Amino acid sequence: MSKAIAKRLSGEELKEIFGNYLFILPAVLIFVLFYIYPFFEIFNLSLHEWNGISLARQFVGFDNFKEIINDKVWWMSIWHAGYITLIALTFQNALAFALALSCDRDIRMRKFYRVIFYIPPVLSEVVVGLIWQWILNSGMQNGEPIGLLNYFLTQVHLNHLVHAWLSDPKTALTCIAIVHSWKGFGWGFIILLAGLQTIDRELYEAARVDGASSFSVFKNVTVPMMIPVFVMVMILTILGSMQVFVLVLSMVGQGLVYHTEVPVTRILASMTGMSRFGYACAQGIVFGGILMASSFLLNKISKKVKQE
Amino acid sequence: MKRIFLVVLALCLFAAGCTPSDKQPNTVTIWHWMTDRQDAFLKLAEQYEQQTGIKVKFELYAPSDIYSRKIIAAAQARVLPDIFGVLGEKKNFASFVEGGFVADLTEEFQKDDGAWEKSLFEKALNVNRFEEGNVYKIKSGVYGVPIDVTNIQMLYNQDLLAKAGIKAPPTNFDEFLNAIAALNRIGVSGLVSGWGEIWMVDCFASNYAFNIMGEEKVMATYRGEIPYTDEDWIKVFRVFETLHDKKALAEGIVTKGNKYAEQDFALERAAFGFNGSWCVNVYDKMNPNLHYGAMIPPPINFARPMQIWGGAGSSFLVNGISQNKKLAIDFLKWITAKEQQVFLAQETKNLPSNRDALPEIPAVLSQFASAMDFTTHPSIWKYNEDPVVIEAFDKGIQSIIIGEADPDQVAAEVQEIKQREMKKLQER
Repeated sequence: MSKAIAKRLSGEELKEIFGNYLFILPAVLIFVLFYIYPFFEIFNLSLHEWNGISLARQFVGFDNFKEIINDKVWWMSIWHAGYITLIALTFQNALAFALALSCDRDIRMRKFYRVIFYIPPVLSEVVVGLIWQWILNSGMQNGEPIGLLNYFLTQVHLNHLVHAWLSDPKTALTCIAIVHSWKGFGWGFIILLAGLQTIDRELYEAARVDGASSFSVFKNVTVPMMIPVFVMVMILTILGSMQVFVLVLSMVGQGLVYHTEVPVTRILASMTGMSRFGYACAQGIVFGGILMASSFLLNKISKKVKQE
Repeated sequence: MKRIFLVVLALCLFAAGCTPSDKQPNTVTIWHWMTDRQDAFLKLAEQYEQQTGIKVKFELYAPSDIYSRKIIAAAQARVLPDIFGVLGEKKNFASFVEGGFVADLTEEFQKDDGAWEKSLFEKALNVNRFEEGNVYKIKSGVYGVPIDVTNIQMLYNQDLLAKAGIKAPPTNFDEFLNAIAALNRIGVSGLVSGWGEIWMVDCFASNYAFNIMGEEKVMATYRGEIPYTDEDWIKVFRVFETLHDKKALAEGIVTKGNKYAEQDFALERAAFGFNGSWCVNVYDKMNPNLHYGAMIPPPINFARPMQIWGGAGSSFLVNGISQNKKLAIDFLKWITAKEQQVFLAQETKNLPSNRDALPEIPAVLSQFASAMDFTTHPSIWKYNEDPVVIEAFDKGIQSIIIGEADPDQVAAEVQEIKQREMKKLQER
């Protein structure tokens, strides 16, 4: 009798388990199809020399990875992305935090400012790039600069500052980094503002009752409470800035020699310019590894800072 | 049970959504990148449907680099349309043929004593031809249909030259430099071109390489028999150094996209342009009052002819595995017939691929047409340079233009990369 019940129960259990698995099956299938399979396929391709069209692929083992080690242009592009990231981490996030602090206070028209500051991130990167290209354009017509910035400089009698901003190796990458920061600060602003608004107002009041100055409140209340938000914004900034490329393409086309190359433009050049899909996949894997390592490192550092 | 049925149904719908787009009978689908020709194509498609009952769908995917990526992805997924075009090097074209994505049209061209073949410009057709024993090991034949022809030349603004006191366009490089000096004196920029798109730098350099050393020596370099440090190649690099030193190039030329360069020339910001024959249409739209002419880039070496890039402007290929192959070929025969070619030339101001349509083309295009005998193109060369070397070559020229490297340095760097790539090829 008890054996029969056990059998019946296990049958019901099996049915339930089967039913449960059936429910998650579509999600698992989609995950495997769009995440797991492409990753393994990319890794597989990175071990081949393939032009992207032909049916034949030549297995080359880890040759593509070995080539990356000696690819000066690739490492230069990583450095350029790092430079853009550094400017974004400092200039962009400092601006975002300053504006978030301002909008966290009871100032007039703060809702209006919030909308205004959030406009750049929602604009298309191509549009932003083309508009800034027009602003930073060099060249003359009828003795007057055609770029808006250069025109403005001549109007305020700063002719000595008129410059070919996007075609001078000394300024091109910095211009791209500044435009990237201008476009991206709105994201940081919204996240930091949300973080500031989660800080308990009583903490500020208590600090003030104890006679703390504004700077002291900022240093001892705001900053420590915001550390997790800072870390999140920094990780997002690193991931977003290292992968910048649409702005680069729309501002300087296929690049100013190698001075404006970033990892994604190199991957694109390998794929479509040189028809080396295997090498491009290897570059993608190395780049992904670098991004993961930097995010992991930042997370570790932030945990350590938090503990201290 | 009901739940299982719903899950299965959802999966079926998902799978159905992943299948290639619907293949309708009596409908020919064409993917292209030619923004300026879309309206004319749609009018022709309408006309064709009225005449034959066959619907032709022109689907535009621009700009061209996005289009190129799309067809590569479509080839990988085996969902190419009935007719499409392949942009870029012959190597790419060969890969599509090798993959079985392109129909061999040789028989069609040879029908009726080669009537179709004879009606088209030979140089344009050659771009789509693979000769016997070609390096790509493709079966010899014609694999594409040119719908227009093009060539890339220098343009000069007649009003600006007159303003600088220049009576006739320069006929050699020294005269060109003198013209630049005169233009600079009146504050007008010299040459503008879309050299932010590095293939245009490559095209300009190739014109001078052919002029300075001739095709055989260029091909020998590509085969690895002559180094880039050879005196003649240094002369090619020196052309760009001279242009930089004499302030002959418009500011920001190295990062300028061709659209912006076209705008600069059309709005009279520069006296010379370097552009393809498609520019006639572009300039007409930007500035209908522009007075300009076309000229072959001024040669350095009078012993050899200046050779410019040209041939097929845009070609259409028939999908080798399309069920509508016959319909697609019939449509391509129709669109390359004289009447349709005249219509396209008048509407889009591109050079027609059908030679019978030439007498009826707009006057300014005649200047471009007259240079067709001097055209050459990488896609008809016996050898093509490795893309990695091409990139180093073009970027090297960019660095000469911005004054951060000299010709000897660039030549040495390009040669180093050439040797590395050749070694790699031998090892594999």
